[in-house]
Amino acid sequence: MIRPATMAEKLIARAAGLASVTPGQIVTANVDLAFAHDSSGPRRWAPHLEKLGVGLWDPARVAIVTDHYVPATDADSAAILKTTRDFAREYEVEKFFDMIGICHLVLPENGLMRPGEFVAGGDSHSPTGGAFGAYVAGYGATDMVGIVATGKTWIRVPETIRIELDGKLPRGVVAKDVMLKLCREVGLDNAFCAFEFGGRAVEAMTMQERMVLSNMTAELGGEAGLIAPDDTTFEFLRDRGKPVLDEAKSLGFAPDSDARYLQRKRFDMAAMVPQVAAPHSPDNTDNVESFSSVRVDQAYVGACVGAKLSDLQMVAKVLKGRKVANHVRLLVAPASQDVMRKASADGTIQTLVDAGAKIMPTGCGACAGMGAGILSDGDVCISSTNRNFQGRMGHSGASVYLGSPYTTAASAVVGRIADPRDLMEMT
Amino acid sequence: MARAWVFGDGISTDLLAPGNKLKLDPPELARHCMTAIEPEFPNLVSHGDIVFAGRNFGQGSSREQAAVSLKLLGVGAVFAQSFARIFYRNALNLGLPIFDFADVAEFSAGDHVDLDLDHGTLRNKSTKKSYDIQPLPGELMEIVKAGGLINYLEKQFNTAL
Ligand code: SF4
Repeated sequence: MIRPATMAEKLIARAAGLASVTPGQIVTANVDLAFAHDSSGPRRWAPHLEKLGVGLWDPARVAIVTDHYVPATDADSAAILKTTRDFAREYEVEKFFDMIGICHLVLPENGLMRPGEFVAGGDSHSPTGGAFGAYVAGYGATDMVGIVATGKTWIRVPETIRIELDGKLPRGVVAKDVMLKLCREVGLDNAFCAFEFGGRAVEAMTMQERMVLSNMTAELGGEAGLIAPDDTTFEFLRDRGKPVLDEAKSLGFAPDSDARYLQRKRFDMAAMVPQVAAPHSPDNTDNVESFSSVRVDQAYVGACVGAKLSDLQMVAKVLKGRKVANHVRLLVAPASQDVMRKASADGTIQTLVDAGAKIMPTGCGACAGMGAGILSDGDVCISSTNRNFQGRMGHSGASVYLGSPYTTAASAVVGRIADPRDLMEMT
Repeated sequence: MARAWVFGDGISTDLLAPGNKLKLDPPELARHCMTAIEPEFPNLVSHGDIVFAGRNFGQGSSREQAAVSLKLLGVGAVFAQSFARIFYRNALNLGLPIFDFADVAEFSAGDHVDLDLDHGTLRNKSTKKSYDIQPLPGELMEIVKAGGLINYLEKQFNTAL
């Protein structure tokens, strides 16, 4: 009898070619896919690969996405992008997504996050792919060099924390609110733990919402944020022309009912209200009403976590027939070209523009303080992004509050941090 | 004679490699390692000294310079109650031995210590106590002994040729 296992244990055992693994054990995993972006990838890999005198272990299993420095805003960022493009050509990386969108969204859109696979990402929000039932973790630059040169990496099998989201989310409350709440309840110090999300509320979520849970597992300090694959997962991949070949096998990566967890935590979704994280940490969270006196200068809808199609649709739902407050600038940076195309086709973009939103290029934009739309000293911003560490979105004297797309939109209209449910009830 | 340095919980990558000094060359950056709480650390630490610390050592950003700085200053190993994940990986990949260690409280700053990586023993000569340390498993120990992942890979690729 094979011992009961969590999702993390099953996925790592598969990648290591073992029947089972135990937390604490160090194993060597075979990597199904390695990816990085313009900031973390080629410009850091190339010198090491040249020194080692080797190429990529398998160019077909390497994906590169330009998202951090796009579009180039100065000579330095242009040079970084050129290095990235030259590398992709020279090393024959066909999965090269140039200015198509943010890596954590572009890869799933292209069917590259697949149940059961082991994926190494050169970015801290790599856990996003865990929403598809893949084991996806983030790695530093030297680590990634080893991975793209050999196709393998060592991994210490993590303990798993199971998060059970019971009940139904009330109107106006979404996955982002749940994660901001969890940052506060579970803390940011959970290194070497994998998170597993389950329960009725997770089952009811779309893939886009599930990706928010997995994405912000990075904020919890977790290594991976796993969700068992189901019909929702398969449908998402089928819609993109990348059906899962063996659905039954994929279902087998769900955790065993008697798996052993480090902790199990339950949260009742019915009791949830919109959450906001105050400067300068994602765990500095409270109910939205505590911040109703905070006047905002900028509202930012962007990032891998907060500018997917569903996020833009949430913003449009609040903005429809309304105007952004006079003193507020609302910037929207769609997370990918695919989002841009769909949001244009369904009228979402029109609604945003009519309300006074500025549409920005796709990419990471202001999220990490690199692209367009960054903040000045004293600026107050409500943002649908995932991190508000001091100085992240520009000046260290700026204040960034994190909220859901609904909350970000409502705040843009009211001019202060606002509870979106108040506006939604009127429509 | 190797000595012990003892720090508390939550030593961050900002303490180890301050963000506003990241543009400096690594040896220069290392001169700022831990100075926010231990101003003389870079001046007084000597080759083979061992750092003991509490929980979540290396928390914060993924910057590899945190581990690089300790290595450049000659720190022989870090023993902590727990490590932040990316620091843990970066340290081993850069050839800095680090160990999860419960008995940190039995070490005081300045204790004479002796680490034998091959036999997996740590001795506190000042208290005359010995500790078995969990050896790093196979490949990891080789990475550390090679001086880091890149050197290790270099050897591997060269023997493969
Ligand atoms: S959008 Fe922000 S959080 Fe997401 S990958 Fe880009 S910089 Fe990182």
